[in-house]
Amino acid sequence: MAGIAIERLVKRYGPTQVVHGIDLDIQDGEFVVFVGPSGCGKSTTLRMVAGLEEINDGTISIGGRVVNRLEPKERNIAMVFQNYAIYPHMSVAENIAFGLYTSGLDKAAKRKRVEEVAEVLGLTPLLERRPSALSGGQRQRVAIGRAMVRDPAVFLFDEPLSNLDAQLRAQMRLEIKRLHQRLGTTIVFVTHDQVEAMTLADRIVVMRDGHILQVGAPMELYEKPADVFTARFIGSPTMNIMPAKAVAEAGRSTLRLGEAPLAWPTALPSDVLIGVRPQELRVLDQGEAADLILSGTVAVVEPLGPETFVHVEAAGGLLLASAPAKNPPAVGSAVQLGAAASGLRLFDAQSERAL
Amino acid sequence: MSAIASPVSGRIEPGRILTWLLLFGGGLLMVTPLAFMFATSLKDSSEIYDLAFFPAHPTLENYVTVLSDGRFLRWFANSFGIATAVTLSNVFFDSLVGYTLAKFQFRGRYLVFVAILSTLMIPTEMLVIPWYVMAKNFGWLDSYWGIMFPGMMTAFGTFLMKQFFETVPNDFLEAARVDGLNEFAIFWRIALPLVTPALSALAIFTFLSNWTAFIWPLIVTTSKELYTLPVGLTSYAVEAQVQWELIMTGAALATLPTLTVFLLLQRYIVRGVVLAGLKG
Ligand SMILES: Nc1ncnc2c1ncn2[C@@H]1O[C@H](COP(=O)(O)OP(=O)(O)OP(=O)(O)O)[C@@H](O)[C@H]1O
Ligand SMILES: [Mg+2]
Repeated sequence: MAGIAIERLVKRYGPTQVVHGIDLDIQDGEFVVFVGPSGCGKSTTLRMVAGLEEINDGTISIGGRVVNRLEPKERNIAMVFQNYAIYPHMSVAENIAFGLYTSGLDKAAKRKRVEEVAEVLGLTPLLERRPSALSGGQRQRVAIGRAMVRDPAVFLFDEPLSNLDAQLRAQMRLEIKRLHQRLGTTIVFVTHDQVEAMTLADRIVVMRDGHILQVGAPMELYEKPADVFTARFIGSPTMNIMPAKAVAEAGRSTLRLGEAPLAWPTALPSDVLIGVRPQELRVLDQGEAADLILSGTVAVVEPLGPETFVHVEAAGGLLLASAPAKNPPAVGSAVQLGAAASGLRLFDAQSERAL
Repeated sequence: MSAIASPVSGRIEPGRILTWLLLFGGGLLMVTPLAFMFATSLKDSSEIYDLAFFPAHPTLENYVTVLSDGRFLRWFANSFGIATAVTLSNVFFDSLVGYTLAKFQFRGRYLVFVAILSTLMIPTEMLVIPWYVMAKNFGWLDSYWGIMFPGMMTAFGTFLMKQFFETVPNDFLEAARVDGLNEFAIFWRIALPLVTPALSALAIFTFLSNWTAFIWPLIVTTSKELYTLPVGLTSYAVEAQVQWELIMTGAALATLPTLTVFLLLQRYIVRGVVLAGLKG
């Protein structure tokens, strides 16, 4: 078991730099999830940790040992790939045993280890099967088994669940979480799925354009997103983002959006984006007051049981708001939406960074 | 060739009939000489200029004659040994080079590839003289090695294997690298098994072309003990009188390894093996 320290890590492909000197400390036993838009360098960073990609500058240490020049096999890591990459010409047992390739164990000991791992992952009845005779979830489990069998210091996962259907993904997510709780091994996990990020991570690392934008516990990111991407990525349904004008004066500002100008206690740039989560933007009762009030017409009603969401055509675009589960407004009816000032997140329209 | 008739309507389309006719005609064209060869090998010498297809008095006499002729067995063994050795060599070296060209980035990679590929455009007839000069200078004339050396690696095989290795997803190789295999083990234990269809095709092709090779073995050998089967069989023809029934019998026997190799390896020519380990 080991922590990972990444310092000023740089990756270039020819003249283009794709990772711009990132710093990150991962504690021993921590579950860290990388998220970020496509092409932001998540896989590249993970692959540099694995030793599959050359490091151009900076250092990576695993368990206090600088591994820049070490082969993957010398780093005591295990990796699970998006495509599983289990060897099609070998049985499940052989695939898992391949994780012990460098272990130096004898056949019987290997077999025993493979059986233990298969037991944990529920693969025992499938040990003699070929990968072609397995379902997607079973293949993914074999890939995890091959990684687990070696008892590595660090697990690296690159979007391991993205090829599974929603139900299986939820199930595997749970299994990975339980695996982490039982083994306590450091895990670095890349995903596009906010639910995976929120439910699995001790800390989420948000990357963008080869930089780390924000690192924090899931709830921290939910409460204080550093930019529009994070704000929209974390939380479901997605946060509403509306452009607005602000007029700054003597260290305070006035926001022009909705029915009445909204006073803001800090100076703001003239173009801002206002974010408000659907849970914080409610359909108001007749005459009810709120800090921010927007009028619009109901376009779609989505009853979800405990809560109901309505899509509302408003000046700021199509907005998602919550409505009472009983007696939601009818489609086509005019409504007023309201949010408290404390529920608003402000971003600079140019940089998309939080203000 | 599974859906011959349209499965929905059950009707047979006119286009299909044309396809059948063409295939049938082509098949007939190819099978007839073969059948004639077998038929002739069963005739006795008095019958061979009789154009009747079926022998009037079928006999296995010719087979006894040919098989009890020590020279035939020797040539057969020569051909078999040479074709096998060359095939193994090609399977190994063509894939090693093809793999390297497909999966590694290094300076001059493209140049090497183009150089190999360009030799594909030179016909054997043009190469025979340089080969001969080479064999002469190295003292390889009239030896097994002399027959084999030009074919130990082929540009075609290298190209074929490179193309196939390119279809092997890098994830497999990287997974193996993380599992701790060295580069040769990755090639041998992971990449190679994933291209068995191509390997079988290459093996069949190489074996057959060496089994039937004629010009080069004829040129490079002078001792009869070193003849390959095609060269040896022709020498039946040029001796005192042409013994067609023996030539046909020898030729019939010569097709046996060909058929065996094909039947043994064809079941490996199954596509889709590579993809089975990837996403569901
Ligand atoms: N071999 C390569 N040569 C050149 N550029 C590359 C190479 N591999 C990746 N890149 C570039 O590096 C950047 C980061 O890629 P990376 O695969 O790390 O993105 P990612 O965050 O994993 O994206 P995704 O979510 O789509 O998987 C991308 O802009 C990509 O185009
Ligand atoms: Mg990626």
